[in-house]
Amino acid sequence: MENLINIGIKSIFIENMIFAYFLGMCSYLAVSKNVKTAFGLGMAVTFVLATTIPLNYLVLNYILKPGALAWLSPSLADIDLSFLTFILFIAVIAAFVQLTEMAVEKFSPALYSALGIFLPLIAVNCSILGGALFMSGRPYTLAESTVYGVGSGIGWLLAVVALAAIRERLKYSNVPKPLKGLGITFIIVGLMSLGFLSFMGFSL
Amino acid sequence: MKAIRDLVDKQKERFKKDGKYTNMYRAFEALETFLFVPNHTTPAKGVQIRDANDLKRMMMTVIIAMVPCLLFGMWNAGHQHYLAIGQEADFLTKFLLGAQLVIPIVAVAYIVGLATDFASCVIRNHAVNEGYLVSGMLIPLIMPVTIPLWQVAIATVFAVIIAREVFGGTGMNVLNVALTARAFLYFAYPTDISGSVWTYIGDATAIEGYSGATALAIASEASAAGNSVVQAFASNWDSSMYSLSSLFMGTVPGSIGETSTLMCLIGAAILIFTGVGSWKIILGVFGGAYATGLLFNALALNEYMAMPAEYHLVIGGLAFGAVFMATDPVTAAHTESAKWVYGILIGVLTVLIRVFNPAYPEGIMLAILFMNVMAPLLDYFVVEANKKRRLQRATV
Repeated sequence: MENLINIGIKSIFIENMIFAYFLGMCSYLAVSKNVKTAFGLGMAVTFVLATTIPLNYLVLNYILKPGALAWLSPSLADIDLSFLTFILFIAVIAAFVQLTEMAVEKFSPALYSALGIFLPLIAVNCSILGGALFMSGRPYTLAESTVYGVGSGIGWLLAVVALAAIRERLKYSNVPKPLKGLGITFIIVGLMSLGFLSFMGFSL
Repeated sequence: MKAIRDLVDKQKERFKKDGKYTNMYRAFEALETFLFVPNHTTPAKGVQIRDANDLKRMMMTVIIAMVPCLLFGMWNAGHQHYLAIGQEADFLTKFLLGAQLVIPIVAVAYIVGLATDFASCVIRNHAVNEGYLVSGMLIPLIMPVTIPLWQVAIATVFAVIIAREVFGGTGMNVLNVALTARAFLYFAYPTDISGSVWTYIGDATAIEGYSGATALAIASEASAAGNSVVQAFASNWDSSMYSLSSLFMGTVPGSIGETSTLMCLIGAAILIFTGVGSWKIILGVFGGAYATGLLFNALALNEYMAMPAEYHLVIGGLAFGAVFMATDPVTAAHTESAKWVYGILIGVLTVLIRVFNPAYPEGIMLAILFMNVMAPLLDYFVVEANKKRRLQRATV
């Protein structure tokens, strides 16, 4: 239990997808203009991360790993499918993004149109494939990888709504013309990761 | 006086439109308003002014509130030096030595910062204002006395440009300017801002057994070794050095202005009385830190957690940060109920970082920077909640 809490806190704050790894930056920068849409996208990313990481865990351990197919029949024990890792991971992710997209369109058409192209683009959001690959490189169990998925999703959500709130406040600022838009956003993200450095090195 | 006025008026022509130095007008204007109160009055139509409290007076109040910390910091710098070399010295000698060390740092911070500020205002053609006066005083107060002056200059330039001017100047920044300067040095030149840099010894040799460690460093070392923190304070080379009362008075090594909780509280009284600083934030930080300390006392999983909670309030820069940094009206939460959350979370985070993060002995700097980042979000939630409540009250 303690181990699960540690992984959760670690993935939200210490190994934050945005501030520690700078993953998923494109949609992070593009959909952080106001808090409401940022929250919607954050929830979508959290959902996809929370479902695909445990699913990819199963895919990895029962299909891809060397010898993983042994549960089908002992004669398949020496098959190594790990060269398919990327393709299968992406396939699972794309399927789930499709599902999310349909759900968002059905239940919140306003959010669907506000997110525009960035909703289907979650499929190629690097933080999601990144999360799955981090999972595959670490000795996690199924429960741990689920917590890891939820945690990194919440970390991404927190980062994107915080940036969106700051950018909403920027309406009152007087940013030099060449820096308007993405320029100042990059500077803000840099300064924000300075704030997130407070968690770097926490020993839990 | 008349002569100066005439001189200024005469030069003014050159800086006006079509004048020779028209692009330097903003710098000239700043000097003029520094010398004379501007003769602008409110037009008959338009804004109604209720009080003459303007940015200038507000900034000056904060600077006055910092003076006790500054003076005490000067004396303490000398005091620590003579303690370290084991000599007796009278009050004035200590003070003068400290002043000799501290004043150059203050001067560098002001000159470099104001120059950057003026340059940026001239380039961007907006009025120079008093915003930097406070940051320029805060930056030296959170540096160790031994900091190389060129580092102060670099950090100041970085903070003024990246943390403030790119957002448009005073009142528009996201992160606290002075803390950004310190964080910059902390990560760029860690050896000059942490470790045993807190006491100036110069050519003299320190007495035997002397250690210039801050209370925070002693606490985290003792805890790592599994020893009682309070005992470690008492078994120092000078047993009364880190007692609760001297920690409160501030006669311990540390950054120039941060050591004395008492002086910070005097500053807090000035800020609260004049209404410049938010008492909610100050109380929130102290309360959050104390409550977290008490919670840790109850759990007491390691020696640092078992350290009595009141020590957390007097060691390190918690008091200074709570009074002068967290209350920065620009980067703090703007709505009243968010201020409570903001302050309390700073206190909680500070203690968390101190106890659980061996990488950083002090947590207040990063805790405030982190909450600066989160403050707009807190405000957003408060505003949304207000909207919701009002909509419920509304009858069609």
